Amino acid sequence: MHIMEGFLPLIWCIFWYLVSLPFVIYGVLQIKKIFDEHPEQKMILAVSGAFVFVLSSLKMPSVTGSSSHPTGTGIGSILFGPTVTAVLATITLIFQAVLLAHGGITTLGANVFSMGIVGPIAGWLAFKGMRNVKAGMIPSVFVAAVLADWVTYVVTSIELSLAFPGTNIVSTFLTFAGVFAATQVPLAIAEGILISIFFDFLTSNRPKMIASLLKEKSRVSVTDTPGAAQ
Amino acid sequence: MSENKNNNKIWLYALGFLILIGILALPFLLKPSAEFAGADDQGSDIIMENAPGYTPWFSSFWEPPAETESMLFATQAAIGAIIIGYFVGYIRGRSATGKAEE
Repeated sequence: MHIMEGFLPLIWCIFWYLVSLPFVIYGVLQIKKIFDEHPEQKMILAVSGAFVFVLSSLKMPSVTGSSSHPTGTGIGSILFGPTVTAVLATITLIFQAVLLAHGGITTLGANVFSMGIVGPIAGWLAFKGMRNVKAGMIPSVFVAAVLADWVTYVVTSIELSLAFPGTNIVSTFLTFAGVFAATQVPLAIAEGILISIFFDFLTSNRPKMIASLLKEKSRVSVTDTPGAAQ
Repeated sequence: MSENKNNNKIWLYALGFLILIGILALPFLLKPSAEFAGADDQGSDIIMENAPGYTPWFSSFWEPPAETESMLFATQAAIGAIIIGYFVGYIRGRSATGKAEE
C-alpha cells in the first residue's frame, strides 16, 4: 500500500498530510496519557507497535502472482483504538520511507491515512460491532484484523484514483483495486489467523489487563470465559 | 487452566500456523512462473499508464543497495520480533512462577 515517493501530485500530498495530522496528534496525546496513567499498559502498547513493525516488513506472496505486506495494525486497533494505532503506523512508515526508500516522505500523509487511520478504524468498528452482537472473542478479533489490513489497500486504491482519475475514475479505481485489494485478500486472512492466535495467548495470560483495555477503548466487555471463544 | 485444555490449544495454534503456511505456499503451486513483483511497484506502473505525462517530482534522499535493503528489512522485523519475544517470555515466566497477573 505504499504509495512511492513522488508519486502523488503536491496538492494531494498536502491534502493527506492535513487529513492525517489531527489523528496522529490526538494519538500522541493518548499515548502520553497511557504513559502517565497506565504505565502497566506500556508493554502491551510496545507489543502492538512491534506487530506493525514485523508484519509490515514482510513481503508475502499472493495467489495473484504479486507480493505485498500485511499491516499488523489489528492488535493496536482492538486494544488501543485507531488514533494510537495511527502513531504506531506513522513510526513504521517513517522508518521505511527514510531507511528503505519504501513509501516516501511526500506520500507519508496518504500512507498514514490508509494504513494508520482508515484500516484501523474499520478493524476497531468491526470488533466493537461484532462484540456488541455477542460474537465470540476470537472470531471478532479475526474479522477486525482482516479488515484493518484489507481496508488499508482499498483506501490506497481510492487515494491513487483520486489523484490519477484517468478518463473514468470508477474504472481507474477498479484497476488499482485489482492490484492492491485483490493481492491483499489472502494476506489479510493470513494476518487475521496470526493475530487471532496471539490475541488468544494474550487473553489467556493477561485476562484482567485485556478486559480493562477492551472496556476502556472499545466499550465492550469480556464476558466470555477465557478459551470459550474458540 | 487445565492441562488438557492447554494441549487442545496447542493443537489449535498449530492448525492455525499450518493454514498460514498453506496460504503462503499456495501461490507458488498455483502460479509457479509468476514473478511475485511488489504490488507497490505495480501501482506506480498503473499511474504511468494512466497519466503518461506524470513525472515523480520528488525522489528519495537515499536508496539503499539491494543487499543493504534486505538487511534493513530484516532489522525492522528483528526489532519487532525481539519486543514480541521478550513480552511472551516475560508473561510465560510470570505464570510459571505463579505471579500470573499483578
